[in-house]
Amino acid sequence: MTTLRNIGIVYRKELLDSLRDRRTIVSMIVVPMLAMPALMLGMGTIAVRLVTRAQQEIPKVMILGGEDSPKTLAALRALKTIEFVPPSPDYTNLISDKRIRAAVEVPAGFDAALRSGEKRTVQIYIYEGEMKSSFGAQPIEQFFRQLSDATLNERLAAHNFPERLLKPFDVQKTNVAPPKKVSGNLIGSIIPYLLILMCMTGAIYPSVDLTAGEKERGTMETLLCSPVARTHLVYGKCLMVLTAALVTTFLSLSSMGASFALVKRLGLGAAKGGPSLPLTIDLSSLAVAFGMMLPMALFFSATMLAIGLFSRTTKEAHSYLQPLLIVTIMPAVASLLPGVELNSRLALIPVVNVSLLCKEILSGTYHWNYIALIFGSTCVYAGVALAAAVAMFKRESVLFRT
Amino acid sequence: MIEARQLTKLFHDKKRGQIRAVDGVSFRCQPGQVFGLLGVNGAGKTTCLRLLGTILQPSSGTATVCGFDVLGQPERVRASIGFLSTATALYGRLTAQETVEYFGRLHGLAESLLRQRLDAIFETLDMNEFRNRRCDQLSSGMKQKVSIARTLVHDPPVMIFDEPTHGLDVLTARTVVGFIRDCRARGKTVIFSTHVMREAEKLCDSIAIIHGGRIMAEGTLGALRERTGEQDLDDVFVKLVEEK
Repeated sequence: MTTLRNIGIVYRKELLDSLRDRRTIVSMIVVPMLAMPALMLGMGTIAVRLVTRAQQEIPKVMILGGEDSPKTLAALRALKTIEFVPPSPDYTNLISDKRIRAAVEVPAGFDAALRSGEKRTVQIYIYEGEMKSSFGAQPIEQFFRQLSDATLNERLAAHNFPERLLKPFDVQKTNVAPPKKVSGNLIGSIIPYLLILMCMTGAIYPSVDLTAGEKERGTMETLLCSPVARTHLVYGKCLMVLTAALVTTFLSLSSMGASFALVKRLGLGAAKGGPSLPLTIDLSSLAVAFGMMLPMALFFSATMLAIGLFSRTTKEAHSYLQPLLIVTIMPAVASLLPGVELNSRLALIPVVNVSLLCKEILSGTYHWNYIALIFGSTCVYAGVALAAAVAMFKRESVLFRT
Repeated sequence: MIEARQLTKLFHDKKRGQIRAVDGVSFRCQPGQVFGLLGVNGAGKTTCLRLLGTILQPSSGTATVCGFDVLGQPERVRASIGFLSTATALYGRLTAQETVEYFGRLHGLAESLLRQRLDAIFETLDMNEFRNRRCDQLSSGMKQKVSIARTLVHDPPVMIFDEPTHGLDVLTARTVVGFIRDCRARGKTVIFSTHVMREAEKLCDSIAIIHGGRIMAEGTLGALRERTGEQDLDDVFVKLVEEK
């Protein structure tokens, strides 16, 4: 009873103290509330605008050769979505310099070859990876695909062969997964990564402020004069860091959901004419994934608290925590990697396990044995980290490091 | 009452090796008296008081505070003391009242008793004017009053002061000195460390000269004067340190 009372007293004080700190408010509330919408709406809007503008641009394309194929050339020049420029031997540099978007080389005797049935190769030159160059080449590719189909149909008709001769059967794919699960698979890969990242981000500032910050400000010795057991002081502080981590994660998740909804409503999920992104996700899956974050958040909080306690100053603490953030992001990326699937070995690796499990949960697959194993093992890791923080708080050489 | 028995504290330093910060210190402080630990900077005063306050653990030897052992009952010891030093700062984002309340609660005071104590202390120390102001907005004198209120809130029988006037202006230092006298008048056991001879002369009923972690001499000011044949405490101090 006294234990809980003491932990509660320390926790309430740390909460009050932290809520009056502008930097904690920024890292716990402002960043998750603003970063997600800014990222999704801002970046999304910019990306959609850029793609739309690139699609609306009439690309300059150069035709090389084809002087002896007037029929093809005339049909090509009739395309209204392309501005053709006079041929030049310097076409590769012109594409590289983005003065033209693509070039198409019509082989010699192309019209005649179409009539005689000889095979020719039409060469399209583009700048790989350059979006506008791809957009410039698209109508040309489409033109020659249609020409190829029409030529093929003409040849089949000339020999009285039916069209099905070259296409004996169709293959059709039908989705059986509900739309929410499809979304879960697609955006479920990125959510665990963001959850872990935001959870860590939320814990960083308070964990440093409540430990190295106290040493720096000289309040640590004041606190050590109180009759409360040092273990209880650590639990109270850890509870505060955990609160900050969970609030940050929850707010990030909420603002992400709100941003998704807004993106969908504003129609920013896809560029004009492009496929729309599936932006719905099962809320119960999200709640289970958030539940899996609880021991993870405790693990992060206790680890950071131990590091903060070990550090002499807040500057030193941040210099230890920045590499930790990078080290943690790497396993968190596991959910983003294609082909990486949860197995019994990966289920025991911290961060990787939660990342992969959340991905599975968000796509609607509940492996209860893995859920139990990962929840349990993460609780054990959190317990070890908390014990390390308590041990650190009891070491004079750490508390009075100068 | 405080009783230190062969208190020793060793520190390990990478460059200097093992350091005996406190070396076999023994003394006894009685209720209603001010016991002064007099020594230069680095003599071992702060370490000695931290050992009594259970902030540090002794390497050997022990001490009792109000009958509680610093090794076996550290939480009971801390509940019996009020510890004030230059290193015990305040939480800048809490108000004066919140700070004192926090420490009252940490000492297990019931809410009704805490209210009474707060009102009485704030009245006595003339703190009502700034009780709802954040500590980072207070002057150094006001801060020292808040620190004093923090140490008094649980009405401890033992007070430990580690250079409490260090860095304070004359007026604030007078408040602190007055507070120490008041503690003695109320029958509390007071241990007080300083390197300012005049302060020790004014306040202490009994003095221990500490140097290099060891007690060089102990007794009333009169006894120390008689032993050295010097009248001025500065001369008494120098003679005793050089003697050893």
